[in-house]
Amino acid sequence: MSTHLDITLTVNGERVSRRVEARRHLVDFLRLDLGLMGSHAGCEHGFCGACTVRVDGAVVRGCLVLAAALDGAQVETIEGVSDTGEIRELQEAFIARNAAQCGYCTPGMLLTAAELLRQNPAPTREEIREHLSGNYCRCTGYHAIVDAVAAAAARRQSGVDGRASEKEAITTADARPPTADRLER
Amino acid sequence: MDEIVDPRSVDRPNSYIGKSVPRPNVKKLVEGRGQYVDDIVLPRMVHVAFVRSPHAHARIAGIDPAEALAVTGVLRVFTGKDLEPHCDPWVAVLAHLKGMKSAPQRPLPIDRATWVGEAVAAVVAETRASAEDAAAKVNVAYEPLPAAVDMETALEPGTHVIHPDLGDNLCFQRVNESGSVDTAFAAAHKVVEATFHTARHTGLTLEPRSILADYNRASGKLTVHHSTQAPHMVQGVFAQHLRLPEGDVRVICADVGGSYGIKVHVYPDEVAVAAIAKIMARPVKFIADRLESFSSDIHARDHRIKGRMAVDADGRIAAIDIDDLTGIGPYSVYPRTSAVEGNQVVNLVGGPYDFANYRARTTVVFQNKTPTCQYRAVGHPIATAVTEGLIDLAAEAMGLDPVEFRRRNLMADGSYPRTSPAGMKFEGLSHFASLDKLLAMIDYPALRAEQERLRGAGIHRGIGLAAFIELTNPSPFMYGIGGARISAQDGCTVRIDPDGSVVAATGVTEQGQGTEGIIRQIVAEGVGVPIEQVRVITGDTLTTPYGGGTWACRGAGIGGEAALQSALAVKEAALRVAAAMLQSRPEALDLAGGEIVERGTGQSGGRSRLALSELARIVYFRGDTLPPDLPRELMQTRHFITKEYPFAFTNGIQAAYLEVDVETGLVKLLRHWCVEDCGRIINPLLVDEQVRGGIVQGIGAALYEECPYSPDGQLLIGSMADYLVPMAAEMPDIEVGHVETPTRESLLGAKGAGEAGTAGAPAAIMNAINDALRPFGAKVHAQPFTPERILAALGKVPAI
Amino acid sequence: MKAPPLSYVRAATLTEAFQLWRGAGPDARLLAGGQTLLATLAFRLSDPGTLIDISRLRELRGIAQVGTAAVRVGALTTHAELGRHELIRSHVPLIAEAVPLIAHPAIRNRGTIGGSLAFADPAAELPACCIALDAAVIARNAADERRIPAAQFFTGLYTTALRPYELIAAVEFPVAKAGERAVILELARRSGDYAMAGIAAKARLAGATLVDPQIVFFGLGERPVLAQAAMAAISGQQVLAGTIAAAQAALATDLDPPADQHGSPQTKRHLAGVLLARALKRMAGIEDARAA
Repeated sequence: MSTHLDITLTVNGERVSRRVEARRHLVDFLRLDLGLMGSHAGCEHGFCGACTVRVDGAVVRGCLVLAAALDGAQVETIEGVSDTGEIRELQEAFIARNAAQCGYCTPGMLLTAAELLRQNPAPTREEIREHLSGNYCRCTGYHAIVDAVAAAAARRQSGVDGRASEKEAITTADARPPTADRLER
Repeated sequence: MDEIVDPRSVDRPNSYIGKSVPRPNVKKLVEGRGQYVDDIVLPRMVHVAFVRSPHAHARIAGIDPAEALAVTGVLRVFTGKDLEPHCDPWVAVLAHLKGMKSAPQRPLPIDRATWVGEAVAAVVAETRASAEDAAAKVNVAYEPLPAAVDMETALEPGTHVIHPDLGDNLCFQRVNESGSVDTAFAAAHKVVEATFHTARHTGLTLEPRSILADYNRASGKLTVHHSTQAPHMVQGVFAQHLRLPEGDVRVICADVGGSYGIKVHVYPDEVAVAAIAKIMARPVKFIADRLESFSSDIHARDHRIKGRMAVDADGRIAAIDIDDLTGIGPYSVYPRTSAVEGNQVVNLVGGPYDFANYRARTTVVFQNKTPTCQYRAVGHPIATAVTEGLIDLAAEAMGLDPVEFRRRNLMADGSYPRTSPAGMKFEGLSHFASLDKLLAMIDYPALRAEQERLRGAGIHRGIGLAAFIELTNPSPFMYGIGGARISAQDGCTVRIDPDGSVVAATGVTEQGQGTEGIIRQIVAEGVGVPIEQVRVITGDTLTTPYGGGTWACRGAGIGGEAALQSALAVKEAALRVAAAMLQSRPEALDLAGGEIVERGTGQSGGRSRLALSELARIVYFRGDTLPPDLPRELMQTRHFITKEYPFAFTNGIQAAYLEVDVETGLVKLLRHWCVEDCGRIINPLLVDEQVRGGIVQGIGAALYEECPYSPDGQLLIGSMADYLVPMAAEMPDIEVGHVETPTRESLLGAKGAGEAGTAGAPAAIMNAINDALRPFGAKVHAQPFTPERILAALGKVPAI
Repeated sequence: MKAPPLSYVRAATLTEAFQLWRGAGPDARLLAGGQTLLATLAFRLSDPGTLIDISRLRELRGIAQVGTAAVRVGALTTHAELGRHELIRSHVPLIAEAVPLIAHPAIRNRGTIGGSLAFADPAAELPACCIALDAAVIARNAADERRIPAAQFFTGLYTTALRPYELIAAVEFPVAKAGERAVILELARRSGDYAMAGIAAKARLAGATLVDPQIVFFGLGERPVLAQAAMAAISGQQVLAGTIAAAQAALATDLDPPADQHGSPQTKRHLAGVLLARALKRMAGIEDARAA
């Protein structure tokens, strides 16, 4: 029974050993003890999803898990899944579709979307919205995020270079007439 | 939306303006490698937690920090008295808002706490956790005082006056009047009226307010990493109030996790942090947690508006008369003031419409509640809801389709320039073109037919329209003339580096809307280099020209114009040097794709004569080979300020299509559309996404968001379980279209777009709900339109 | 919003858990999924002093059939595991239908059925489902095990029939019988929110009549409410406009909802009536344009 504990766990494939305060939650452990700043704290009571990380293969709220409880666990953060290339299609779709604005919700959003695509490789827009319903974004209004996840799913489904289906998945509006060039003085 | 473009495949070299070029900074964000303030760790950094008042109004009889200081890891406890010698108070008024008054405010109060959540003491500790442990142990002796919590009675004799020196609880009052309103109402064919409520709500930026202030006593320099929209303004405020030269204060904002106006204000607790850093001479970090954010971030939009509209027999608006009441906090917020929202309501009601007789009054009263100030679309959502609500009531009273009623009353395209009855100057708007485009997008007849068919099956859908105007590109007429040190001009420095790459430093800032992206596009096109060769620096008072930051949709129109002009100036300077090097004339040359070319007749320009990198090499390292008197300034700075119009007004129109479950009051959003005219569009993708995000924020106001208070001033929400924000499952797909009416005030012709979505969405939702409820004769005008309010309107539950 | 200082210890076996618990005292809290506990600690609403982590106790895991008539679900079963387990989907379909309504995927990956029942939030889905299904809570202390029928388990606001130093070991659900219909409907402002009002109901459909209905409301009182008057009104009846109205009227006896952020008692009563009608129609297989 102790206010501080020694834990050893694997984070992004690296074994780490630290002494932690019993009360420290996982996202604070990642940020304060390991310097992994990609996971964010937005509410610290499990609602916003900014802290979403993977523990033993499943996405969890990093603010609702104690580091002390994770001795022997496998933790993956946005940095880790970026470096392995696992979510490359999702990240490229987010960039292309501007599904990240301020970026604060993005790591949690990507990890949650990655879990969706693993469980359901061809989700409908409604299924995407439902699965992401616990990840708060204030900037995008979600439409672009849904487009990006759908595009990434389509790209994976169609194989190596599914550019055509990626474009279909992005909703389009009418083309805009070109404006006159007024830049020359 | 235009196809998202690969920057290398543009049809003309470097013609990036108008193209949906992906932003350069998103890659780091999707990899979790951004840099927000809380990501910064400095040596000997300490953490602050605040002790916050549990009372809406109380005298602070004493603060005993002894128990708190005994907690392991705690270094200091500061009170208002401790900070007083180090920091001057401020008063947030604007001279041009005549009669406005407010009381001096300090970083920590000395005598009284005046709202629940006001910081009264600061604990400094080695960790945030131990600071919180200690904050719970600071013993504050409060003597509760009566609180003023009902804005309807704020000015009545029995209500406690919060600041006796001010005489009453009135912050500001104004009547904006033109024409003969009473005559028009007396002669009206029909008069419609309603009382509207917009709810007090808060921005809930996902990254909370964050500040890390570091004072180096040896050098006398204060460096502040701040999640803010306006670093130069903050620099000025800290310099002024902490009595430092501006040159010794540096404010840096790297990645900001959402702002929407919440982070453009001066917060007393953040000033306290800077003062503490100055006293302790070490890095001091404060990250607001979600709980304290609810009561300490600024609130907005707490209004009750009585509105009347007079209509003549032809269905033309004869007059509009509104009476707006808003309850702010106990202090006006610095430096933008808490009267601007009410002032904008009286400036903007009726905005899109052609009528002559107008009267609008705003009364802004102090309350013992969280202070309020500018939040995305400031005043516009309120003005638009009132206007569009009255329009729909008038249409119904006249037996006219809401589209037809608008057609009879919108200001005609081509009727500009003109000034509205509220005194707003319009350079050029496109209400009719936008309306026509919207109706085509939504297929209005098909929606009406579907609505009719489903009504027969007991399914109640509604179509709601909302036309709006939106102010952008503000001039000093907004703040400067009132004495606020808020800059309406902006600057950009563009520099060519020896390898031919280009660096642009700008005074406008990035919070995710894409500022860096559009500046990059503008500079790349202005100079004539491939976009990958351009780097943009924002958010650092030390390294960027003096500017105003990002607010009131000024980034593209003002910051972008400064960037364009400086880019063109750099190009001109480079061509001067090139002409000398090539024995040609500047007029015969051009810069395209990073090459000096002969100005050709074809689209792709002529033959390349010289690489820009070679020109730069010569200028920087072999200046001896150039004519001695030749100017060779490959770094140019230009500042831009608007000239003729106080604001570049934009216009738009939205439509909402939704379904109301009349048994439960739940609203299902089916689709949403917006046609927006923001002048020349620099990046269609980014504009569309700003519109979408803004619409969803407006939906939050319409359906979910509310900060209710108890009769004794307790804030009744404190978590994201009770403060509801829009989440993905309930939001509709949003289709955006555009009309482009450029402004002639600048070369670029760009107006702003960031707030338009929020301006119109609540009105569109309200009108759609009321359209759905039309068969029942039920109407709702109080936001948020909760299930209970809808059920009460339907008579299924008692009125609230 | 950092948790107050606390001590942490992890139990390797159930026996050890009880020993640690006695040692730490009655204020100590058991940590299973932590999805509720850690949020309350962030708000400093509780100061337990000691957390005893029981999340790795194998004795509290697993889903297995018990004879032919019941399915036993270990208390540490996460909501996610519950929702996808074959035995639950085939034999306790109401639970499989309820799981997607609980919060969001990340919460469901760690939150447990034992945690949900022990916390006894009045707006939670699983407690109401357990009552509707006549489930039994298997409670263990250091010495013994006992069965507590779900209808007797929830005794008040966030209060259960668990005694000091007693924990939930498992929940036993009767296997769904032929002809049985079960439904869960909730009205929520947003997906995953606590319900403004919810109903979990079970009945046997014999021809066109509902037999042995079990109707439970959640979000409408301090604990799930077994609507006995409404049940009596509809028992043995066909689902028609008249019988629905009678059952709705009977709710006046069953429900006394307090006001909350979503509405007044009258609003809550109204919503309960709407849910009752929809649930009855759903169980009777009657098409309703207004699915909740």
